[in-house]
This record gives sequence, C-alpha cells and structure tokens, in this order.
Amino acid sequence: MTDKIISINNLKKKYGKQVVLNNVSFEVDYGQIVGLIGPSGAGKSTIIKLTLGMEKADSGNSEVFGIHMPNRKILSKMGYMAQSDSLYNSLSARENLLFFAKMRELKKEDLDSEIERVSKVVDLTDQLDKKVDNFSGGMKRRLSLAIALLGNPQLLILDEPTVGIDPVLRKNIWTELGKLRDNGCSILVTTHVMDEAELTDRVALLIDGNIIADDAPNNLKQQYDVDSIENVFMKAEGDM
Amino acid sequence: MKTLSISSRILKEIFRDKKTLAMIFIIPIIVMALMSYVFKSYNSTDINIGTVNISQQVESNLTKVKNVNVKEFKNEKSAENALRDNYIDSFIIYKNNDYKMVHANIDASKTSMTTAALSSALTQTSLKNMSTTLAKISPVKQHQPKIHLTNEYKYGSSKTNFFDKMMPTLMAFFVFFFVFLTSGMALLKERTSGTLDRLLATPVKRSEIIFGYSLSYGLMAVFQTIIIVLFTIKVLDIEVVGSIWLILLTTFLLSLVAIAAGLLLSTFVKSEFQLMQFIPLVVIPQIFFSGLIPLNSLDNWAKVLSFIFPIKYASEAISNVMMRGFTFTGIVIELIVIILFIAILTFINIIGLKRYRKV
Repeated sequence: MTDKIISINNLKKKYGKQVVLNNVSFEVDYGQIVGLIGPSGAGKSTIIKLTLGMEKADSGNSEVFGIHMPNRKILSKMGYMAQSDSLYNSLSARENLLFFAKMRELKKEDLDSEIERVSKVVDLTDQLDKKVDNFSGGMKRRLSLAIALLGNPQLLILDEPTVGIDPVLRKNIWTELGKLRDNGCSILVTTHVMDEAELTDRVALLIDGNIIADDAPNNLKQQYDVDSIENVFMKAEGDM
Repeated sequence: MKTLSISSRILKEIFRDKKTLAMIFIIPIIVMALMSYVFKSYNSTDINIGTVNISQQVESNLTKVKNVNVKEFKNEKSAENALRDNYIDSFIIYKNNDYKMVHANIDASKTSMTTAALSSALTQTSLKNMSTTLAKISPVKQHQPKIHLTNEYKYGSSKTNFFDKMMPTLMAFFVFFFVFLTSGMALLKERTSGTLDRLLATPVKRSEIIFGYSLSYGLMAVFQTIIIVLFTIKVLDIEVVGSIWLILLTTFLLSLVAIAAGLLLSTFVKSEFQLMQFIPLVVIPQIFFSGLIPLNSLDNWAKVLSFIFPIKYASEAISNVMMRGFTFTGIVIELIVIILFIAILTFINIIGLKRYRKV
C-alpha cells in the first residue's frame, strides 16, 4: 500500500480566462489530517472537486489511492462532506443516512450498525427519526458529517465541516477526527477557522491558486516567526 | 439496485410534498371538468338571424333549421341597429331578386352556420316549388317514397362534441406537462441543494440516477393517467372504444419522454423561475401541433416541425385507440417513435451529467 493517499502534481485549472489553480502540487499521506486554508476564491473547493473527479484539470494529474482520477469505483473508499448541507429535507435523518449508505455500497447487514455508530459520533442518536426540515443549522451540519463517516472510509474529504457548529461539539468532532486518523484514516479538510488549523498535522496555505506554504503548524509558525496560524496567514497574505 | 433505491427515495419525497401531489393528481381533473362543462354548453349555441323582406316560405324553412332563431325586421336600418346592439348575429335581406347576408362575424362559426342555414332553406324552398310544378304538369298522383334519415355513430353518440375530440390530446398534454415540470424541478432542486454533488461523490453510475428518476416519475405518471382515464370515463361520460391498457401504455411512454425532457432542460437553467420561462417554448407549441387543429392543411415547413413534438404521436395513438378502437398493431409506429424520443433524450441526459462528474 502506498503511503500517499492523495497525490496532486502540477495541477492547472482555468475557468474561462480566470486561472483558479496555478501549478499546484501537494500530498495527503496515510494517517494524516491535512488542513487546506486560504481566503474564499483561492481554489480550495476546486482542489476538492478535482480530487473527487467532479472536475478535470487542464494539465497535471491527481491520484487517489494511487489511481488516476477521475475514477468512479474509488469513490466508495472516500467520504465527502460539502460546504452546503446537501440533505434531503423532506426525509428523516435516518432515511438520509440509509439512502447514502446504499449509494456508498455498504453491506446490507452493516447498515443499521453503521447508522447507529455515525449518529453517535455526531450526537444525533435521539433525533434520527425527525425530518431534516425541522433540524437546526447545527444539526444539519452534524448529519452531513455523519453521512461522510458512513462505512469508515479510508479517506475523508471535508469542506468547511464545522461552520455553524457550537464550540463544544466542534471540539468533539475534532477529537473524533483525531481518533479516525489514529485508526489509519486520512483526512483532507478545508477551514476558515484558524485555531482548527492548529489541530491538523499539516497545513497547506492556498492563495490565488498557489500553495505558498505547506508544513506542520509548528514549523510554519517558526518559519514565519509568529505565534499562531492566523498570524502566519496574515503575514503570508501580506507578502503577496 | 441503486436505481431502485434512488426511485424509492424520490417517491418518498413526492408523497411528502402535498403541492406536487396536488399538481399531479387534482389539477388535471379540475381543469378537465371545467373544459368539459364549457364545451358541452358551447355545442348547443343558438344563432339569431334577422330577416328583411324575405318570402314567407323561405322564412318558415329557415325557422325549421336546428338552433336557428329568426326575427323579422321592417327594413335594413332596424336590422343594422339590432346587429350592432348584438341582438342578432346576422341578417338576411332580399333585394332586387338577390339575397344578401350581413354578418357580425365576431364568431366565425356562427357566420358559417348562418350561411348553411340560408342555403338549406333556399334549397328546400326550390324543391317544394319544383314538386308543385311537377304536380301541375302531371296530375297523376305519384306515390313518392318518404325518405328516412338515420345516423349510425361508429364512435360516441349524437351528443359527441368537440371536447371528445380534444380528450386524447388533453390527456397526453396533462401527462406531459405535469411530469415534465415536476421532474425537472426535482432534479434542479437536487442540483441547487448540493445533494446531486454528494450523490455523484459516491460510486453511483450516472445512468442509475437518470433511470431512478425515470422510474419514479414514470410510476407517478401511470397513477396520474389511471385517475384521468377513470375520471373521463366514469364522470365525464366519454366513451373509450379500444383498450384502456393501450392508453396507459402510451401515456407511460410519453411520460418517460416528458421526464427526460424535464431533466434535460433542468441542466440548462439556474433557477426554478428560469425553468418556468421555458414553458412557453417547450410546452405551448406542442398543444397546437398535437392534433387539436387539423395538421393536413398546414404548410410543409410546419408539417415537418410537427414531427419533432412527442405529444403529437401520443395524442394520435390515444385518439386512435379511444375513438377508433385501434389495437396494438395500429399504434405501434407511434409507440416506436415515442420510444426513440425516450432513448435519445435519456442518452443525452446520461452524457449530460458529466458536467457534474467526469466519470
């Protein structure tokens, strides 16, 4: 098994004339949480879409589990949570989980136990039979995360997972992500929250389609001679 | 099997959305009931004809024509006034050995009814004159056989009206319109809410999504047609000569075209409002080319155009089954054309989803 779960080489992507990604290379290693931070419009979502095979790069290549993307079958090993909640509002939480579990090709005998497990992680066990319509913003976010966790995927791709979630639960989710990593799951997460970036194993700083820094949070702080990732971000953006 | 999971999910969503349910099941029935009522009363329209200086005989023959009321006027002037005030629809004046008709011509069908009434009255009058003359020439009493006229109706009865002719087209139209709209909206919602992206981030095949939609909305269309057909037969009292199963088969196939067209269109629009804006382009022209208006009098370019409208084939097939009792072999060509529409549009849709995932 290769150590590199995601490996992106010299990716270039343009939408019309606008260059979104300019020669981006980076990697997510086995059992790592990699944070992708950057201002909005920097190209974070585009990297995620290329990794999932929803977009095709103009040049360069992206590999997931050593397989050239886009590839449909490999998607069963990945859990994805988008920026928007992406839920069926007229269905209950359980029905949402069940539907996506089937789409993710979970085994029939595992369905119930998996739904039980992931709803425990996001603390929704008591709300499973409520309609998503009646959920609060935070609950929807948690359900959305639970769907990504279905089937214990080896790779999690989370786009802004903790927006609108209160601090206590946010902490729980990060503890859970840490546990998943310790069990060998690799995680690529984009975030706006800078103190979350401190919790990752590596941070990639994406500004204007270029990765301008990519290292462990502590190394970055030393490199830029500041005391937080937030200040690294400020300084790096100021240098541009 | 993902196709089944997707369509059962969509059906769950539909059954929990009361507005969509009402749109599919209740609105067509209300509209058809109203149309049937309007057309049934339209059928018994009377025309009011004014006469000036018309011989007694012609006038009494005119009165005998069905649905004609005759009013006598003293002179042209007073008839003109009555026409202007909408008391009469036309008047006939006899002047210098000539009959002249003046029509309001607001309703062209009344104008032609008037013309037909006058000519039949005149024919009867001259026939009568001829036989009196004949009797004078040869006073031998001839035994003339009395002519009996009987009507035999292959379809319906003497009460059959324009609405009966419209029924097949209306059925095809309702199935197409409501399924087109609801399925298009559903896929659009799935796209804008992000669930389509999430779905495509799983190993589901693009074709499984499209087939899931086709299956669920196709099923809804079958329920819809069953209700519409039962309503027209039992409540509106319209006769179906052929097999109801063939009608259901045709509408089911048409609904698959509508679904595919709705899904295709939804990928071109950004919002539900934009989808509504396409209705005048996609749906309305189909009504006019679907057989409501006889197509054989059209120009060639318009005839060619009519071939690309799927409702036309469905309404022809339904009307042949319903009114002429055609069997499967009689409508098989129409069905094949409809299936071709389904195949082409579905293929385009499966390819079209590549916009959202490259494999």
